Amino acid sequence: MGEHLLDLAAATLRLATPLLLAAMGGLLSERSGIINLALEGKMLVGAFAAAVVTLATGSPWLGLAGGSLAGILLAALYGVAVLPLKANQIVAATGINMLAAGIPPFVAKILYDVTGSTPSIELAHRFVVFPMGLALVAPVALWWVLGKTRAGLRLNFAGEHPEALAAAGVSVARVRWTALLAAGALAGSGGASLSIFLSSAYSRNMSSGRGFMALAALILGKWRPLPTLFACLFFAVADAVQIRLQGLEIAGLGKVPVQFIQILPYVLTIIVLAGFVGKSRAPKALGEPL
Amino acid sequence: MRGVAKAFGACVANRDVTIRVERGTVHAVVGENGAGKSTCMKMLYGLYRPDCGEILIHGKARAWRSPRDAIAAGLGMVHQHFMLAGPYTGLDNIILGDEPSQGFWRWLPAAWRPIDRSQARRRLQELMAAYHLQVDLDVPVETLPVGVQQRLEILKLLYRGVDILILDEPTAVLTPQEVDEFFTNLCRLKDQGKTIIVITHKLGEVLRYADDVTVLRRGATVAERPVAGMTAPELAELMVGRVVHLQVAPPPSPKLGAEQLRLAKVTMGQRGEKPKLADLSLVVRSGEIVGIAGIEGNGQSDLLRLLLDPGRYLHRASLGQRITAKGEINVLGRDVSSFRAKALRALGLGVVPEDRCQQGLLLSQSLWTNFLLGVQRMPRFGRFGFIRRRQVTSALAAAIKAFDVRPADQQQIASGLSGGNQQKLIIAREFIGDPRLFICAQPTRGVDVGSIEFIHQRILDARAGGTAVLLISSALEEVMALADRILVFYDGKIVQEFRRGEADEAKIGHFMGGGSRGDD
Amino acid sequence: MIKSRSKDAIWRALRPVIAASVGLLVGVAFTAMAGEQPWNVLRVILKGAFGSTYDLGLTLFYTTPIILTGLAVALPIKAGLFNIGAEGQLNMGALAVAAVGILCPQVPQPWNILLAGTAGFAAGAFWGSIPGWLKAYRGSHEVITTIMLNFIAAGLTGWAVLALLPSLDSQNPESARIAPSYLLQHFSWFGDAPVTWALPMAVAAAIVVWVLFRFTIPGFKLTATGLSPEAAQVSGISVRFQQWLALTLGGGLAGLVGVAEVMGNSGRFRIGFSPDYGFIGIPVALLARAHPLGLVFSALLFGALQKGTAELDLETTYVTRDLAAMIQAMVVLAVSAEGGLTLWRRHRLAAKSMQPTRVKD
Repeated sequence: MGEHLLDLAAATLRLATPLLLAAMGGLLSERSGIINLALEGKMLVGAFAAAVVTLATGSPWLGLAGGSLAGILLAALYGVAVLPLKANQIVAATGINMLAAGIPPFVAKILYDVTGSTPSIELAHRFVVFPMGLALVAPVALWWVLGKTRAGLRLNFAGEHPEALAAAGVSVARVRWTALLAAGALAGSGGASLSIFLSSAYSRNMSSGRGFMALAALILGKWRPLPTLFACLFFAVADAVQIRLQGLEIAGLGKVPVQFIQILPYVLTIIVLAGFVGKSRAPKALGEPL
Repeated sequence: MRGVAKAFGACVANRDVTIRVERGTVHAVVGENGAGKSTCMKMLYGLYRPDCGEILIHGKARAWRSPRDAIAAGLGMVHQHFMLAGPYTGLDNIILGDEPSQGFWRWLPAAWRPIDRSQARRRLQELMAAYHLQVDLDVPVETLPVGVQQRLEILKLLYRGVDILILDEPTAVLTPQEVDEFFTNLCRLKDQGKTIIVITHKLGEVLRYADDVTVLRRGATVAERPVAGMTAPELAELMVGRVVHLQVAPPPSPKLGAEQLRLAKVTMGQRGEKPKLADLSLVVRSGEIVGIAGIEGNGQSDLLRLLLDPGRYLHRASLGQRITAKGEINVLGRDVSSFRAKALRALGLGVVPEDRCQQGLLLSQSLWTNFLLGVQRMPRFGRFGFIRRRQVTSALAAAIKAFDVRPADQQQIASGLSGGNQQKLIIAREFIGDPRLFICAQPTRGVDVGSIEFIHQRILDARAGGTAVLLISSALEEVMALADRILVFYDGKIVQEFRRGEADEAKIGHFMGGGSRGDD
Repeated sequence: MIKSRSKDAIWRALRPVIAASVGLLVGVAFTAMAGEQPWNVLRVILKGAFGSTYDLGLTLFYTTPIILTGLAVALPIKAGLFNIGAEGQLNMGALAVAAVGILCPQVPQPWNILLAGTAGFAAGAFWGSIPGWLKAYRGSHEVITTIMLNFIAAGLTGWAVLALLPSLDSQNPESARIAPSYLLQHFSWFGDAPVTWALPMAVAAAIVVWVLFRFTIPGFKLTATGLSPEAAQVSGISVRFQQWLALTLGGGLAGLVGVAEVMGNSGRFRIGFSPDYGFIGIPVALLARAHPLGLVFSALLFGALQKGTAELDLETTYVTRDLAAMIQAMVVLAVSAEGGLTLWRRHRLAAKSMQPTRVKD
């Protein structure tokens, strides 16, 4: 029994990694006032870029860097639409997600002549632990930055009362850009952890909604780093359990259909969103263009 | 002696504004809405660039590129809507942008250094002592009363060594007691050598506390006078350019009819928190105006919310509705405790909401579309679900004529109308159904003086016609001028009731601020 | 004043054209990366979409569900909500249509077709009512809930088809055939292309939605809710109900896709039949600025794109129909940013008419 629990704990931590990294990215950008529904897209391109770079260079570290860079590039595109052009953030984010869904197959066809998954990466070239450590350190680091440093205070104000920040002479746009690009890097790393840590290649629509679950975790965690950490763990447990539950039999009813178990994380997300919104307090200027 | 002088030439919203302020005085800048006061001050404090003309501080011409430059030159502004972020502490709000940090961290780039809050705290404590501006620095700003928040804003400027303070409508949200305290603080600041410019439309305060006044009208300076010896009507006339009747002639005694609105022992609040409305009872009859006087935030908004959708609060109509209410509410003779917004409005009452832009209008739409809002349920305007366009058009045309809404174009976008015209449109719309009960909140907020007269007259006409009127206003003069009975709201309760003429501003103000009968 | 208003109107009409063009051109330019000639790619797309009556027929076939999902997104947009769940809603609708067609073969014509259509609408509406309720009464963000429901619908319909309505005559992941009396006739003018009465039905739906918003009180209430929920609430409109209604109706419209697909094309529910129709509805609705009639043309554009890019797999070495997804994405981005372009233009106008200029922007 103890062995099972340990197993479960390890699986939870592994599965939480992409969620955590993405959620921390979301936290940064949302605390600065920008809604970030494009986390999903950034994860997807991050996963793809990481797989491609690792395949080419054999180094997962470079792959991770590549994933972050892809995330940053996509975040920059989002930033251009949302900051100077003042696009509707939700619509622009959806566009980014759609773009991110289309780019990997397009490029994969050019590079490897495949339309499904990229070629497999051997174990030696993948991560065994590092992203997990990164994911656990990130919330702590964010907690310190947001609470103790000048940049953190200004970021908080950018999301809560940007006019006050502007009146104090700080460029709100600069703060938001920084937050957005950092979010892109984090989400991209989260995506990278999907393809070169949790599995061995990039496959179509690999993120399957994790970017949105990260957002739900963020809402559950009330936009604070440490509670969000626990929220991500909560989702990860559900994911870990789901894999083990497949093939389960319930006395009298027979085998539970695999699809029912597969949809559990999504149902959970909805329950979270239904139950806890209203109690948590979003940054006040979230979504308002300056 | 010239302390400070500013002069602008022919600029955009301000045509020709000249303001001369002496060092160490309190200088008032007055003018109607749209006269250019805010624009002029924004140029002064660095948000806008003057297109021509110049700003002279202590005799030297200055130009800035941002508010930060202005503050560095010693000039800062406290806005009407405070620049404070609610969940953060007073300390954090004050130091934002100029956070001190220990020298130890100099190797990090400036923005990333950790904040040394104790250093800031020490300096602020010195300032608080020097200027007698005590504030609790370590609680979330949103828990502080408005008067204290204002002190925080002033401290923000003092922390940065500002000598010239500009205050925009500083007393708009203060109780009369807080106002007195505020002006005491002002005098202290003056004694310490600070120069203060106050933007206001409260003529009474100008006469009591200012040394000099500059009057702006339509973007230009029309008068610069010392205050001594001026009277309110004089000032008003300068502001508007014609003789203004500040007070409407008192109407005849009301001819009372049936009860149209009754609240009995109404309590409203969130479990575990102080109730927003406590044991409230009031009655409004046909033919009378009942005025609710009180500083904003004492429960008036909650009362309005409750009246507009009683079922939501009284019957816990939906999951997660945390604010609940108890008690009896009768509207137009019917028990409405189970009525939701739609049913309530279907009864046919007229409502002018507090915030006309957010709650009364669809700003991006035409007058025609806006006219439909709220009356769409009337059979006159809709049949079998279809809009009866011709009816709407003709009703709107009649309303525009009767209420003198300008411009008179039905396709004009609502956001292009002045505040007064917007409000007139809303009132015209609400009167369409000839309501027996009329609830109006802040009817003349942000409305030019000419329209104020018009609106007040219309309210009195409605009263004469037998409508029951509930007037909620934070402008005490308005309540005193119009209401037959004044109910003073404080902390969600009615603390006192006066009949017309029974009390003067000071007495009512006493109760508005929470004073009780004993301490007269 | 008048001059600027008509200029404004021209600008407003041009905007979608500009956005579509930007999207198309940028997307096609991407193909240069793949070593293809962008003009060649464009030519292939156009020929594929309109080259022959058969091609045109297939274009119209794609256009039909896209009109419906476009409406499914546009209606909630008017009420201020963003429906990304059309994909899940259309799956549920298709499942319902298939179920009726398989389980109720005895119902006589034309009632059976109405029954199936109603079932499709109802199932889609039900699926839309869930995020509608969550948004209206729990405040849950509809973007996340609808996306989650897409995944859930995929799972549920996948299970239902294989467990409850399994195909008896093939090994493919699809349902049994529906009774022949439910099948819609193909219009012979388009050859083999499955153009049926579903297309006029979709256009009729667009007209109904247009009438709703332009002439009726319920439409006015939805519009008011979208423009200013606070003002609507004060005027006695139940904002929560309108929000729920908007997503429910939107879901129902998406559910009608079942009619076009199951009754008009394959005669059964094929798992994964939708090439992301639900998501294509988003740029369609945005491009048409949620105007129901303009939406029909917008849908035609994207239908053409869908058909045109199908040929790319064969005609080019490296470019696949994923290009369509990228072009759609670029259109969405272009449309979202055009709001900014308008602001920029207004800023320029304001500067000319002497509004105070901000020191730093």
